[in-house]
Amino acid sequence: MKKYLLNDNVQKILASLTAILIGFMFGFLILVFASIIKDKATYPIDGFITIITGGMRYNGLKGLGIILRYTTPVLLTGLSVGFAFKTGLFNIGAAGQFVMGAYAAAYIAIKWTFIPVEFLWIVALLGSIVVGGIWGMISGVLKAYRNVNEVISSIMLNYIGMITVSNLVFLIKDKFNPSRSQIPVSQIPTFGLDLIFGKNSVDFGIFIAVAIAILIYIILEKTSFGYELKACGFNREAARYAGINDKKGIILSMTIAGALAGLGGALVYISSITKVFDQSLTLQREGFDGISVALLGLSNPIGVIFSSFFVSMLRNAGSSLSRSGFNDEVIRIMTSTIIYASAFSLLFKDKIKKYFTKREIK
Amino acid sequence: MDTVLFLLKNMIPYMIPLTVVALGGMFSERSGIVNIALEGIMVFGASIGIFFVYFFEGTFPPQIMLVFALLIALLSGVVFSLLHAYASVNLKANQVISGTALNLFATSFHVFLARIVTPTGVEGVKFNNVFRIATIPFLSDIPFIGPILFTNTYITTFIGLAILAISSFVLYKTRFGLRLRACGEHPQAADSVGINVNRMRYIGVMISGALAGLGGLILVVPSTVEYTGVVSGYGFLALAVLIFGQWKPSKIIMAAAFFGLMQTISNSSGLNFFINLGIHKYFYQIMPYIATLIVLTFTSKRSAGPRAAGEPYDPGKR
Repeated sequence: MKKYLLNDNVQKILASLTAILIGFMFGFLILVFASIIKDKATYPIDGFITIITGGMRYNGLKGLGIILRYTTPVLLTGLSVGFAFKTGLFNIGAAGQFVMGAYAAAYIAIKWTFIPVEFLWIVALLGSIVVGGIWGMISGVLKAYRNVNEVISSIMLNYIGMITVSNLVFLIKDKFNPSRSQIPVSQIPTFGLDLIFGKNSVDFGIFIAVAIAILIYIILEKTSFGYELKACGFNREAARYAGINDKKGIILSMTIAGALAGLGGALVYISSITKVFDQSLTLQREGFDGISVALLGLSNPIGVIFSSFFVSMLRNAGSSLSRSGFNDEVIRIMTSTIIYASAFSLLFKDKIKKYFTKREIK
Repeated sequence: MDTVLFLLKNMIPYMIPLTVVALGGMFSERSGIVNIALEGIMVFGASIGIFFVYFFEGTFPPQIMLVFALLIALLSGVVFSLLHAYASVNLKANQVISGTALNLFATSFHVFLARIVTPTGVEGVKFNNVFRIATIPFLSDIPFIGPILFTNTYITTFIGLAILAISSFVLYKTRFGLRLRACGEHPQAADSVGINVNRMRYIGVMISGALAGLGGLILVVPSTVEYTGVVSGYGFLALAVLIFGQWKPSKIIMAAAFFGLMQTISNSSGLNFFINLGIHKYFYQIMPYIATLIVLTFTSKRSAGPRAAGEPYDPGKR
């Protein structure tokens, strides 16, 4: 037991759980505060139960399906941000890569009908990886060769991506409603998952997402390629001194991050929930949720699997919070508190370490 | 000529808040703390300022009211930025993470409060824009400058310009400015001559909070009559202005003017002059963002920010 508690990874997880606990406590305080100043009837304890059950107390198994459906894209955007973090880059541009990848996938799944329908969705997924990768690569190239801050460039690319897709909807527009896009002819199969969770729920995409997470874990932790990328992130000069091509490292990191976010977009827009594009100019929330997911998962691909599920649970809870008289902003306030608290994870980790080491000596 | 006048006139409401917020970012980064939370602090400052206007509508004469609202936005910006300062100075936390948390918090907090406060429970807080000054005697009659600066203007324009002058003076001509810059370049050296690095960094972040909170309200007041808790990426654009402006006040105003002009042209694609050019509206829409990318591509290579920005201060390191 003691051996486990002194393990670095276990301490990291404990630190994250501490952050989540603080977030929940703050969320409860917000609920109480809201019910005090609000005129209409509110039930803070009831609302809190909704939050900790992830809303599943209302929609049960179907709720679990919806949570898994939310999980699929944010797992990938979370991986995207987390992967970039591990290599020393902050990819705030997941929203742009997400929407560009989603559009590419939808375009292929609507227009490339010369490919048999059974395989078309696979080609569409590959298309989203390529386009999302290119979108991420732009930031990488600008950073590597021109020293352009990747945070600024990827935010600009978020807006450019959003505007571009809004202007390209006409290429795949619906016959009856020209301001929206068609429904793709080929979709990600459900493989019977709809029989368990009901329609408009999780599909095979979640397995793709989890498999990619494991793949990224292997690349980062078990290959020399991943080690080189991490070395670039840790200390660019030292990596160069060790003979690693740091420019190539930065470009590849951003390309992979972009490809992951782009694939996340495809998993939403050619899924069985038949989501379509419209011309509205709003940034996709999945891109920014990816930042929360990555930070909560400590940028570790395996951690991201759990944190994406956690964030999606909160999102599902948010949609039934009105039953207790609250609106779902409480969820976002909670998430931001958890992220803020997780910025202290180093401090928590040290405290936990000291506590157990002291007991060890006794 | 009319088109030029129109563009310059409409550039001001973008240029001034960008300048003010970028100057805020400058004080923070010059002290050694990267403040990615500028966006969130703008949202927060504007939010509290607008709530003040909402609740006290008609209590004071318009201009006095605006000054109060600006002071409140400024103060709430300072208070909010303390969270960032505490995380990055005391806890030596990752500055990007705590900044992201603040960005996320600000918008949801505004929506949360707005839904409680507004009678219909919506996220938009409406206010009457009574703050515009139609003409100023004599000054409005000056050719060229009169119509641009002194007609249909806001006091915020002049406050912004004053902040620019004061910032420049503080940074280069005072002992405080020199010490602040030292903390951002080489905190260990600053420490060795008796400067309290942590205190200077706290002050740097607080100034950035003050200016970002103020800048948020300066951006919102002329541009809308219903605030929904977003400043549409202007906090991040201010960071781009800061980099393009090479962390120097005199260049920041030029950079802000450039971005303001791009934004204005982007909004003015319906003007006859631009319709006659025959360019698709898509290019006008993406112009501010593409321009930012291009400009940064050509200016970032040489640019070097404060050397110690983003690193927690470690006295043991040399």
